[in-house]
Amino acid sequence: MYARPRTLQEAVAALSQGHALLLAGGTDVYPAHVGQPLPEAIVDLSGVTEMRGIVIERDWIRIGGATTWSEVIAARLPPAFDCLKEAAREVGSLQIQNRGTVAGNLCNASPAADGVPPLLTLDAEVELAGPSGFRRLPLSSFITGYRRTALQPGEILASILVPRPVETQRSAFVKLGARRYLVISIVMVAASVGRDGKGQLTDVRVAVGSASAVAQRLPGLERDLEDLAPGIRPSTQVKPKHISSLTPIDDVRATAAYRKGAALELIGRALDRAAGA
Amino acid sequence: MGEPIRFTLNGELAQTTVAPATRLTVLLRDGFGLTGTKVGCDAGDCGACTVLLDGAPVCACLVAAAQVAGARVVTIEGLAGETRKGADLQAAFLAHGAAQCGICTPGMLVAAAALLETLPRPAAGEIAEALGGVLCRCTGYRKIIAGVEAACDGTVAKTPMPAAGRAVGSRIERLDGEAKINGRESFGADAIPADALYVRAIRAPHHRAGFVLGEIGPWLKSHPGIVRVLTALDVPGRNLFGVIPAFADQPVFATAETRFKGEAIAAVVGEREAVAHLDLAGFPVAWNELPEHLSIDDALSPDAPLLHPSRPGNVLIEGRVSRGDVEKAMAAAPCRVEGTFETGFVEHAYVEPEAGWARRIGNRLEMTVSTQSPYLDRNDTAAILGIAPEDVRIVPSACGGGFGSKLDLSVQPFVALAAWATEKPCAMVYTRPESIAATTKRHPARMRSAIAAGRDGRLLAMDFSGEFNTGAYASWGPTVANRVPVHAAGPYVVPNYRAISRAVLTHCVPAGAFRGFGVPQTVIAQEQLLDMLADRLGIDPLEFRIANALGNDTPTVTGQVLGDGVGIRQCFEALRPHWTEANRAATAHNAANPMRRCGAGVAGMLYGCGNTSLPNPSTIRLGLKADGRLALHQGAVDIGQGSNTVIAQIAADAVGLPLGLVDLVSADTDLTPDCGKTSASRQTFVSGKAAERAGRALRHAMLRLANAGPDAAIEIAAGSILVRDQHLLRAVALASLATDRFGYVLCAEESFDPPTTPLDADGQGSPYAVYGFGAHLAEVEVDMRLGTVKVLSVTAAHDVGRAINPVLVEGQIEGGVAQGIGMALMEEFIPGGGENLHDYLIPTIGDVPPVRSILIECASSVGPFGAKGVGEQALIPTAPAILNAIARASGARMTRTPATPDRVLAAIKARGGSA
Repeated sequence: MYARPRTLQEAVAALSQGHALLLAGGTDVYPAHVGQPLPEAIVDLSGVTEMRGIVIERDWIRIGGATTWSEVIAARLPPAFDCLKEAAREVGSLQIQNRGTVAGNLCNASPAADGVPPLLTLDAEVELAGPSGFRRLPLSSFITGYRRTALQPGEILASILVPRPVETQRSAFVKLGARRYLVISIVMVAASVGRDGKGQLTDVRVAVGSASAVAQRLPGLERDLEDLAPGIRPSTQVKPKHISSLTPIDDVRATAAYRKGAALELIGRALDRAAGA
Repeated sequence: MGEPIRFTLNGELAQTTVAPATRLTVLLRDGFGLTGTKVGCDAGDCGACTVLLDGAPVCACLVAAAQVAGARVVTIEGLAGETRKGADLQAAFLAHGAAQCGICTPGMLVAAAALLETLPRPAAGEIAEALGGVLCRCTGYRKIIAGVEAACDGTVAKTPMPAAGRAVGSRIERLDGEAKINGRESFGADAIPADALYVRAIRAPHHRAGFVLGEIGPWLKSHPGIVRVLTALDVPGRNLFGVIPAFADQPVFATAETRFKGEAIAAVVGEREAVAHLDLAGFPVAWNELPEHLSIDDALSPDAPLLHPSRPGNVLIEGRVSRGDVEKAMAAAPCRVEGTFETGFVEHAYVEPEAGWARRIGNRLEMTVSTQSPYLDRNDTAAILGIAPEDVRIVPSACGGGFGSKLDLSVQPFVALAAWATEKPCAMVYTRPESIAATTKRHPARMRSAIAAGRDGRLLAMDFSGEFNTGAYASWGPTVANRVPVHAAGPYVVPNYRAISRAVLTHCVPAGAFRGFGVPQTVIAQEQLLDMLADRLGIDPLEFRIANALGNDTPTVTGQVLGDGVGIRQCFEALRPHWTEANRAATAHNAANPMRRCGAGVAGMLYGCGNTSLPNPSTIRLGLKADGRLALHQGAVDIGQGSNTVIAQIAADAVGLPLGLVDLVSADTDLTPDCGKTSASRQTFVSGKAAERAGRALRHAMLRLANAGPDAAIEIAAGSILVRDQHLLRAVALASLATDRFGYVLCAEESFDPPTTPLDADGQGSPYAVYGFGAHLAEVEVDMRLGTVKVLSVTAAHDVGRAINPVLVEGQIEGGVAQGIGMALMEEFIPGGGENLHDYLIPTIGDVPPVRSILIECASSVGPFGAKGVGEQALIPTAPAILNAIARASGARMTRTPATPDRVLAAIKARGGSA
């Protein structure tokens, strides 16, 4: 069975007929099947128009699950989304950005998924469509582990919902890899900060990827930076205790110890950039 | 089958009923015959399959056929007609030498055309951004960028053909380039007959394992479409191959025990769809994993089991060169440095995975295959089939990158055995994981070396020993072991010298030939030690090298005095102004930027062209056809480096007729005499010399017909050979001449084998007739807190004797630099893992800086028109120049490559007081 539904309803119905593989941009599905055939049953979401594009609603910004990274880059969005756009530009290559989707990146649940740290700083939620209707989950509870999510059989990640940020919130994303393009990160950081009337930092958000099974926010650091005076660079306040929750591993890209040090350094750089320091 | 899929393909309506999940690459190539869209990885990692989907560049390997319904697809074949700048880009790529092997070229052109649709004048950064998703392993990207920039300016004119006698030295575009830029070049997987059966190998999942094959019959019965399973029992000749006959030790199909992860034990032959949909998990084999030894130390431990009973101690071979009295000189020397350096496995990562097909014609076998060595393929395939070498015909396809690994057999025995057994055409195309798992790598090395000098800065002694992990089978391990001790001193005078090398067998994928045969590893030790020694002596590192450089009259470590063509001093001297400026710029930068420090480093190189003390002749046939054109039978496989062009340039000038008259007859073991293998930087030198001789012989024959003197000018006009000397014009009508058995009215066939002598027990002798020389200057920036290294520029001076075609020489240099950057900073294959191009990283367009090439021409009296090789030479000094630059920028001395960010940062932290 290969279904290419036009609506979300049809997609859920097609999926309910049995265990099928969900396909959208193909940038994770096909690489996972090099030299082997795809499963017989596939539901192709690329034709579901209601899953495409970005809509600014009253309280939320809705990113359709099948929206590509190139569409994210091209969209007019508040500056708090700059970190997401910068991450989008670092996803693989232009070819990958033209096909890969936001929902696919989240559902693949790689520790190195470029989209996750920025969306964590945006307090994103995911909307899942299933046979019994929709349900919503914070992104932080959607990704449950190394390549594991809360997606149930029969469900589709239909949209990503971001609470509308204030226009003064600024953000940045930094990715460290061993080459310039087409690279899986060694560590990456998204940071987002606001300023209150006195120029002090407010609403600080920091998320780190590739340094634990699931990317994480750093609430302790965020708290410690709240109300930071205007003249002080946030990077000077980042301490090893702030990343005690990270559990990086040794792999072909770097050692765990290196990742910890690099995370500290990159957190400071991302924060300084977001804060304009 | 559902609704047909309708879409627009290169401006025309198209429709297909292919399975909807079929990759767009498969649909384009097999369904529509558009083989210009290349498959390099099937994973979006290489970009070779880039096509336009509704104007946007995408990897066709990641698009389902169903997803193009209603869309517009443009491939390389439609680029000129369907995009604004496609045709200009194609012409510019050709004129600027942006295509070498040509396998990435369609993807590059498509990505570039998409960019120029929206940005008519992109900045350098925008070009890099747009092409960052297409990997190129040959060019180093700089000529691709130049091509895109030139296309913005309008239509680039074809380079004019040089006049008679002016071909050598001219910057003409490659003669075989047209097919590379229009998508029509036929690589190993591009011309497989539609009715071919496909072959897939069953490979070992463990580093070392025993295995027992189960019942093949029932498995075969339960798999319709699979016609045959081949095992060791199905090999009619010898189940053994190897590039060096005396060392051949690798079975086509392992028996009883496998010695590396990825070794074949059987092959399945069947209809294409059946093979593609095969689940190999159910194949009847029981594996018994056995303890392996992957490291040199484990393999050398006294209780290590032997990989091959005939190879005691797991040592394949040792090499040795010794001169003077090392102990005495070391003891007396006032200044001495030493160190241990290690390198990892490096993967060739050509963008074209191994591919080819064979068919049986009566009792002969014909094979079309991507290869660097048609005659080696022929001989080994014949031995495997148990037939005479003359009964195998190898027709090399275009080769989408080789760099040494396509010297060894890959698909050849499988397609040959399958075609022989089934009497049907049989094809095999490696997947990327298979290519990485099963084909040869650069040898990992562990080298200990000590060097001593006098207070005056003269080198006095060097003591080197190196162990090379040669993997499970011999491949080119003996060549590496022999080359290393000859080259470990570099291009310097070292009066007291001892170098010992050992190739050690392990349960790793075989290490073989990779651009430089072990020499790129040795310079990582040597050139870093020279910098340490210069620092110890307080001498400028460049001046230190100049003071110790070999000359025409000084002996190499094998006691050879070359007499002419030793241009290493000139190479170093050419770097002087750039070195001074680089150091000034780095000092200024570092004063203001303590956390991003810049530094410059230099390194030198010598490299012997051709086989080490062994015969390696080439033979060229040049015929004058009755229509007055020349047929050049040129068997030197052009794997992108340009032998089709360079050898034609040499032949044309040797005859004295215009290059435009030359028609190429390219490598084919039935049609071209043996030009040996494309390796060891030997084709320009050895085959080029044979071409020069053949050209002169043909010229002589024409002059003799006209009874003219040696300085007469020859012209072909009005159906005649016109010979003009001082006083007289004579015409010989072509129609008046009889044709020979090849159909030529005149023909010359000449050989050349470089004059060398065997090495004695101390490695003394003349192992090569000619050496190439070079020196690189790298400028880098080191992030002191992250350990990341950015290469800012490379200046590369190479003594090539005579640059037959400077565009192609620059192309070799830029491509060599890119591979050197990869080796220095990012490339390492870990056996058993990362068999893809997102874990195994090679430089992208964003990682290769501007490269300034300086061509030095210290002619060798042996080479054609003075020329020497440059193919491997170009890569050798880059990595150590970068490593020296890292040390000068950061104080971190890198003793292990690649210098990944974690290793660099650790070295920065460990540098202590030495910085």
